[in-house]
Amino acid sequence: MAEKVLMKGNEALAEAAIQCGCKHYFGYPITPQTEVAAYMSKRLPKEGGVFLQAESEIAAVNMVLGATSAGVRAMTSSSSPGISLKSEGVSYIGGSDLPALIINVQRGGPGLGGIQPSQSDYWQATKALGHGDFQLFVLAPSTIQEMVDFVSLAYEVGEKYRVPAMILSDGMLGQMMEPVEFPTKKDEPVADKPWATNGHQNKRKKNIINSLYIQPEELENLINERYERYAKIKENEQRAEEFMCDDAEIFVVAFGASSRVSRSAVMQARAEGIKAGLIRPITLWPFPDKTIEKNVDKAKKFLCVEMNKGQMIDDVKLVVNGRKDVEFFGRTGGVIPTPAEVLGEIRKLAGKEN
Amino acid sequence: MSTLNVLLAGFGGQGILFGGKTLAYSGLLDGKNLSWLPSYGPEMRGGTCNCSVVISDDPIGSPLVTQPDVLVAMNRPSLEKFVNAVVPGGMILVDSSMVDIKVERDDVKVFYIDATKIADENNMKSCAIIILIGKMFKEIGFLNKDVVNDAVKKVIPAKKAAMIELNLKAIEIGLNS
Repeated sequence: MAEKVLMKGNEALAEAAIQCGCKHYFGYPITPQTEVAAYMSKRLPKEGGVFLQAESEIAAVNMVLGATSAGVRAMTSSSSPGISLKSEGVSYIGGSDLPALIINVQRGGPGLGGIQPSQSDYWQATKALGHGDFQLFVLAPSTIQEMVDFVSLAYEVGEKYRVPAMILSDGMLGQMMEPVEFPTKKDEPVADKPWATNGHQNKRKKNIINSLYIQPEELENLINERYERYAKIKENEQRAEEFMCDDAEIFVVAFGASSRVSRSAVMQARAEGIKAGLIRPITLWPFPDKTIEKNVDKAKKFLCVEMNKGQMIDDVKLVVNGRKDVEFFGRTGGVIPTPAEVLGEIRKLAGKEN
Repeated sequence: MSTLNVLLAGFGGQGILFGGKTLAYSGLLDGKNLSWLPSYGPEMRGGTCNCSVVISDDPIGSPLVTQPDVLVAMNRPSLEKFVNAVVPGGMILVDSSMVDIKVERDDVKVFYIDATKIADENNMKSCAIIILIGKMFKEIGFLNKDVVNDAVKKVIPAKKAAMIELNLKAIEIGLNS
């Protein structure tokens, strides 16, 4: 590993993508994501890559569709309202069985909402970013180092299973700086993409990238095959971090920015003698249900902490399945909860009101 | 002290983010955990601007400083907004060239430094924030002076190398004030 440097999350993520061999970036400015595009515009041309500010988010995501069809590592980034615009293209990418990297640096919604950090696109990212039966591989970083490390993971998993991947960040992680180090060994794109439309030179049958299937049976078979891959992703690619969970009774479940706040609250609760622990989902899809499941028996209560009105809590409840209480605390609209607020909720659940 | 929460606040253009970055790099060079979080959005353009810096021996949870140990206030609205957020026993550094009111709390240490005026007199426009950072280093003894000098050299980009000497001088003034 190299020397640690201070970088904004957005810039670190962009640099990581370049080091992963992403040479094709298509985007459109929007706060609080714009530094990703700005960084790419400076660096990509020097790396022999293409930076293109498209005429709209819709154009940008379809350029990604084109680039990834040819087998190259491509990416686009935006913030919540812009991601909604990209959703049609993302559905086409999913329906064409293509890998691609999509970054959402979330801000408050709905509509134009606000520009401060939010996690209110959890449902969109994990359930329905676009129409049709399909999923994205969704990663939720909580540090700038993870903003870097998850880029290569997103590309690798996306290419292995031929699914689009999303890094679900937020305005806090995008704008803040932390020390970060980049891997010294560059992660080169996997060479073997037999499906890519990159010129057959009369040596192989032509490849076709398509998401239109008129015959229902044909489409159903294809979707069924895709869901077999999704099942493998659910089996093999779940990731979560457990913090102070060994003897915990109150389990806080939080991802991304709110997990940082929750971690501080859990440590303060421990200092007060409350047996609190934190489960931090790293993959949001597939949701790390194995990690939740293994803690259900010893848990007294679960507390989901999110920067929204309660979205991930649905997935926690599906795993817990009524066996234990699952409570919620959240702030929304761009407000970041404080450790003291979360601690107050933990105290309530532990029966220590004050 | 295992964690230092600093909030720097003022107008856009006073170098609030730059000052925060200098502080953050000092933490990095001293081997600490740290985070730097700016206010962002329309307020950057001429309005109020603030920056949260956390330096800690432990991993950092929330990078947003809501209860600062140290507040650096470079204009009156910032002081008024954050004065009561400072933890009891904390510290407030006021640029008294820019702020014409006093802190009416007796449970915090307050230092009034004529930073903007001193900077102007020494032909080091925009270094007022660095004078205040120097003073902070002197008063909290959390990090050593060599580190902050190295941090200045790290934060200033190569094409603005001429600014390094000025900023080192500003640190010196702060340390001696």
